[in-house]
Amino acid sequence: MSTAVATARPTRTLSARQAGWAGIALGAVAWFIALPPALVRTPAPSLVLAAAAVGGGAWALRGGERRLGWGAIAAGVAGAAGAVAATHSGVGHLRDVVTWSALVAATLRYATPLTFGALGGIVCERSGVINIALEGMMLMGAFFGIFGADLTGSWELGLLVAMIAGGALALVHAFFAITLRADQIVSGTGLNLLALGVTGYVFLDHYGDQGTPDDIPRVPDVSLPGVKSIPFVGDAVGHTNLLTWIALLGVLALWVYLFRTPSGLRLRSVGESPRAAATVGIGVLRTRYLAVVASGVLAALGGAYLSIAFLGSFNQGMTAGRGFIALAAVIFGNWRPGGALAATLLFGFSSALAQRLPTFSESSAVLFQALPYVLTLIAVAGVIGRSRPPAAAGRPYVPE
Amino acid sequence: MSGAAPAPDDLEGASAGTPAARLAAYVRGGGVVVPVLTAVLAFLAGGLVILVTGHDPFSTYKAIFDGSGLNWLLPWTSSADRPAAALNLQQTLLLTTPLILVGLAVAFAFRCGLFNIGGNGQYLVGVYASVWVGSSFAGMGKLPHILLAVLAGALAGAAWAAIAGVLKATVGAHEVITTIMLNYIALWIGAYLFQLGGPLQSDAQRSVPVSNDVVAGARLPVFWGDPQLQGLHVGIFVSLAALVVFWLVMNRSTIGYEVRAVGLNPEAARYGGMSVARNYALVMAVSGGFAGLAGAMDILGWEFRIATNDINTATQIGFYGIAVALLGRSTALGTGAAALLFGALLSGTSQRNLDPSIFEPELAANLTLIIQGLVILLVSADVIVLGLLRQGRRVVRRSDRGSPTHEVAR
Repeated sequence: MSTAVATARPTRTLSARQAGWAGIALGAVAWFIALPPALVRTPAPSLVLAAAAVGGGAWALRGGERRLGWGAIAAGVAGAAGAVAATHSGVGHLRDVVTWSALVAATLRYATPLTFGALGGIVCERSGVINIALEGMMLMGAFFGIFGADLTGSWELGLLVAMIAGGALALVHAFFAITLRADQIVSGTGLNLLALGVTGYVFLDHYGDQGTPDDIPRVPDVSLPGVKSIPFVGDAVGHTNLLTWIALLGVLALWVYLFRTPSGLRLRSVGESPRAAATVGIGVLRTRYLAVVASGVLAALGGAYLSIAFLGSFNQGMTAGRGFIALAAVIFGNWRPGGALAATLLFGFSSALAQRLPTFSESSAVLFQALPYVLTLIAVAGVIGRSRPPAAAGRPYVPE
Repeated sequence: MSGAAPAPDDLEGASAGTPAARLAAYVRGGGVVVPVLTAVLAFLAGGLVILVTGHDPFSTYKAIFDGSGLNWLLPWTSSADRPAAALNLQQTLLLTTPLILVGLAVAFAFRCGLFNIGGNGQYLVGVYASVWVGSSFAGMGKLPHILLAVLAGALAGAAWAAIAGVLKATVGAHEVITTIMLNYIALWIGAYLFQLGGPLQSDAQRSVPVSNDVVAGARLPVFWGDPQLQGLHVGIFVSLAALVVFWLVMNRSTIGYEVRAVGLNPEAARYGGMSVARNYALVMAVSGGFAGLAGAMDILGWEFRIATNDINTATQIGFYGIAVALLGRSTALGTGAAALLFGALLSGTSQRNLDPSIFEPELAANLTLIIQGLVILLVSADVIVLGLLRQGRRVVRRSDRGSPTHEVAR
């Protein structure tokens, strides 16, 4: 559909897009120059930039780019507000909160589990099966990852056990959703409770009150020797966990798979129009089974990151809604890997900021945690361009 | 039940249409046998988990049963055990009270073809509103204060759910997604309101992230047991009345007729001149009102305050409501019975009531989650239990009319 629009008004749409992106960038810069290291102590230059951002947004809106246009206007307003707030606060406080390299590192840490979950969600929903159970699959990965690593003494095998556990829960989802044609939302809800109960039960039964031991083998960080000495980049990504890199590569790999390979095209066709796909000889049920199990494996890696890479311990229900944020990222990213990555980075950044903001205002920092959900609510409401799920998502397929 | 046994053809509708249409087929298909069988299967699976991990399922379930206080109802319970059983039964009914209401929240939406997965958020905003009203206006008379606090909770829940309803009605945003998001927004709003230095944090305890206490004048009266020991408050009657109202509205009113019509077939309802959009918004609001009422009952009945820690642990109640509504087939009687079952399970496995020498309460709490998860899972594929039932019937009848075409029975 978008290609049809593009061919109708090629030049206008293109420049509107550029204006929208430029507006978003200007909004960011408006805020950026008021922060360390630039630290412009008067709001005037920022306000000029922010006004330009709003103008870019308005231009994009006139050109029909609703999402980009509103995004640029929002960026302009946020940039102006941020800059005014920054010029009114003490330099010392600003330097405490805004250490860009640390913020980038923290953003990546928070975004990694969400990215894995979102990749799982995309694979599953692109095949036409709704996955509310991402939360449960992540939780399975979190517990069985650390359980496996503890029993075998190796983090590699721990990851393998996590993937098997997540895949097993996903297989149950697949069996109910595909073979039994259950209501996918209801069965997913049941699986979330089931995963919460199973992981909590085995955890308490095996570890009791002591919790997981301290000496569990952890997924290592990747030290990049060449990069470490570079001033900013070294602090930001010179010492990042292996799973973070795998997640980023996974985004690229999934994009290539979905949009540049025949097999990915088949997966998408099953999610958009299973009847048509079946007509040209694609095994709809088989494709969906594979996609659902793959989604469980991916989501479990996100959970395992929490337990055996980030924290080194497990506690009951430790995913704490991250599966639902991942689902939000899938929707916010419009069921595309790149879009979902952008969403998880945005959500991760808001968490990272919320963690450091208490220096300023203890009470309002907590509200930043709600940002992912508010943004997703706005996205599904269609105010800034509608998110559109795969056409056959949630509908069981009945072979002829 | 064999008198109500449906023809195989009736079951074909089970895999088509809206959730409510499926549900209707499910109700026609199995009567009371299917939910009972579902619960039995889930409990059997739970027993298997107990057995595999080296405990005795029989003594464990017996201990949970005694912990729920349901033995108080048995005539042969000795008079020495009765006081303890009465205390436990008060706890069970205390937990049944909100479960009925969140169950109704899900059931009411379900009958309109909507899946309200946002019971958690609606319950929480109900708690916030009730605790604020209940802990302010100390000079008010008892009855008006209670009514005001209860009303505030119900309205807050209704308003919160109405956001999802209006979005569904106006731009078609899927209510499952919006209610999930609203759950977490409600959770973080609570974390903001009652944290240290938060706008509604306790004035008396500045170092604890907790709300003010509900004043004595706004607390619901306790009619059974000791008010100091979490006796049973009158909220259970509110829940029972809600069940009656739900039944009347559903079966004896124009609104209920429209709700069911929209749920069964939105297109036909629209053709018949009903406003589908208005129904969606209205139904979500009423549904959220039930969940908000549940929050009001808990906070005014026995909790009296909310700490930020509780906000995280309270977040399962909306999902319990889903289990209650699904097992109760979204009918008034069924919802009441399922709420009692899960209320008994929750109190029977609680730290306070379960004998730890037989089974650890912490483990048992997770067992509860497993059983509830299995119930929801089994109901989602109602065809499994229906299929089992049909297999059984076919064996009994030795009928050879040819196998029905339903996929699971194959």
